[in-house]
Amino acid sequence: MKSKVNLRTGVRAVFERAEDLFDAGFGGANNPLRHLGALGFLLFWIVAISGLYLYIVLDTGITQVYESVRALSSDPRAPGGILRSMHRYGADGFMLVMGLHLVREWAFGRSHGFRWYSWVSGVPLIWLAFASGIGGYWIPWDRLAQFSALATAEWLDWLPLFGGAISRNFASPGVLNDRFFTLLVFIHLGVPLLLLVALWAHVHRISRVDHFPRRRLAIGTGLTLLLLALIAPARLDAAADLSIVPAEVALDWFILFIHPLAYATSSATAWLFVAAVSVLLLVLPLLPHPARQPVARVSPANCNGCSRCFADCPYAAVVMEPHPDKPGHKLARVIPELCAGCGICAGACPSSTPFRSVEELVTGIDMPQQPVDALRRELAARLARLEAAPRAVVFGCTEAFDVRALEDARTCAISLLCTGMLPPSLVEYALRSGADGVLVTGCREGGCAFRLGNGWIGERLRGEREPHLRASVPAQRLRVLWADARDGERLRAGLAEFRRDLDALGDAHRPRSIVRRIVHHG
Amino acid sequence: MVKPLSLVGQVVLYAAFAAFIGYFASHPKYRHLAPDRAMVKLSMSHFGARECRTRSAAELARLPPNMRAPLECKRERSPLRIEVELDGQTVYRDSIRPTGIARDGVAAVYRRFEVGAGTHRLAVRLNDDARVSGFTHMHEGAVELKPAQILVIDFNPDHGGLFFR
Repeated sequence: MKSKVNLRTGVRAVFERAEDLFDAGFGGANNPLRHLGALGFLLFWIVAISGLYLYIVLDTGITQVYESVRALSSDPRAPGGILRSMHRYGADGFMLVMGLHLVREWAFGRSHGFRWYSWVSGVPLIWLAFASGIGGYWIPWDRLAQFSALATAEWLDWLPLFGGAISRNFASPGVLNDRFFTLLVFIHLGVPLLLLVALWAHVHRISRVDHFPRRRLAIGTGLTLLLLALIAPARLDAAADLSIVPAEVALDWFILFIHPLAYATSSATAWLFVAAVSVLLLVLPLLPHPARQPVARVSPANCNGCSRCFADCPYAAVVMEPHPDKPGHKLARVIPELCAGCGICAGACPSSTPFRSVEELVTGIDMPQQPVDALRRELAARLARLEAAPRAVVFGCTEAFDVRALEDARTCAISLLCTGMLPPSLVEYALRSGADGVLVTGCREGGCAFRLGNGWIGERLRGEREPHLRASVPAQRLRVLWADARDGERLRAGLAEFRRDLDALGDAHRPRSIVRRIVHHG
Repeated sequence: MVKPLSLVGQVVLYAAFAAFIGYFASHPKYRHLAPDRAMVKLSMSHFGARECRTRSAAELARLPPNMRAPLECKRERSPLRIEVELDGQTVYRDSIRPTGIARDGVAAVYRRFEVGAGTHRLAVRLNDDARVSGFTHMHEGAVELKPAQILVIDFNPDHGGLFFR
């Protein structure tokens, strides 16, 4: 167990280092490692669109197909040749991105709990992607196609289901006919369609799916494939000839690696490998893992049915239903199996404002492990303990840098389940309760552990999303600085700079203090 | 506004992505067969014989008119017993069971043997009727194989039984 954890943390560390590198080049929002799923969708569409064109121009006969692909490849820098190369490289890119996505999600511990469905539904995607890719390599019916077709047939024939019947189709010239392409069409058009359906199933339980990268990343990736297609056009071997063995082939290792594996070991070993990987991936959510966070809780008396929690939940764990007691009103309901326990819904709830004059602040939707009322009390108590100015309050995220390490005589830090659960009014409350400045931090841009948290709080603090921070709150006294767990030095430096700015600000732009009026109910 | 250094970084990382994909899309080359080797494939799909007896006239008369088949056969078919001999050495000997739960389907075999390029003496023997001892079909001869050439041992009763192609 320990070695598994160590392996995972080790792989995670490698990803984090790589993300640092990519952050420097691309920035958080366009970091491809944080948008591998979206990149996968982009590459899927590149492959699908280029594939549709290729299918239109292909002459689907056993001898004609090679000639039509050769015609395309005769001028690899003409549109047809470029599309063929992009089709092939796009498929390779898809495999690479899919593999990285799988390993990254595992390394970041996203294979269990509320994410089990996304994890398990991703496994058939791998099978379908490889079935589609391998079938695609058969279509040009060149020597590589011949090798792959026979290797696949021999591999399938190991199963007691077929008993050598498939390989016989490729045993000698004259056995294959044009009907072969009926099979290929099934494999290479039908399977990608199934893949698309499976992709939908893979993401349909989360909201606001990252189904396309941002424009800059999409253009960059597309241009890269285009340049690759121009510089190194996809190869076409000599026409298939079933009377000879394709002794040496320029293998696509992203898609066809299973063939050398089967030949170097045995068909049984290759099947065992596929079965073992599949079973391991499928049972991973069942293996011991950290306990789930308590889920969000709705208070019907305080929920006004505004639907903001429904709109902001990254995992579609909140649904709106007719209020049982108030005709014409709606009431939020949490689906426990889908809830990540991130608290983003609490941050979205307008009743989470700490300015409400009640002794116990009960919000429409809240987290039992970190209620907004407890946050308000903790904030007041910690602010009162600060001894020196400028007094800074830091709101952070348990998934990012542990902000409690920043605490000193001038700084109090509150670590939230996710920065997205921070009600913007709590920032104003802190400033009006004696804080000289508020620093909001959390996972790096584009890297929120709960997908949307830092994006939502950023928009709320800028006044672009409800509930928003009031415009009267002085911007000079608020700073947002995203910092992952490994960004301590950068965060400390940012806090020090913020303090200097607050010193320079003096008493300017200071909001008026709160006069609390607590209403005792009942 | 994109910083020039970031732009350079992006170009480098995109280039690395392209180089990685471009290389492993066709390299390193995979050698499936050594340059001086050829391939012999045993590939046949054949229905083994059934054990049948001829119905007597009296038996036929007792049957409804539409069921008066002169032969009454067991459902199960004979397995195929095959031997392949290359340059005097037996390289394959097996009995292939018919497919199907009732063992009434076709018996199929597919095996590949790597051999050195050049001339070889090849002999194939097949028994497709369990009631016959020894072999029901035999074929042998000298074959000349060029490097990477495939020679297929097949069976087709319409082509005289066993044959090489």
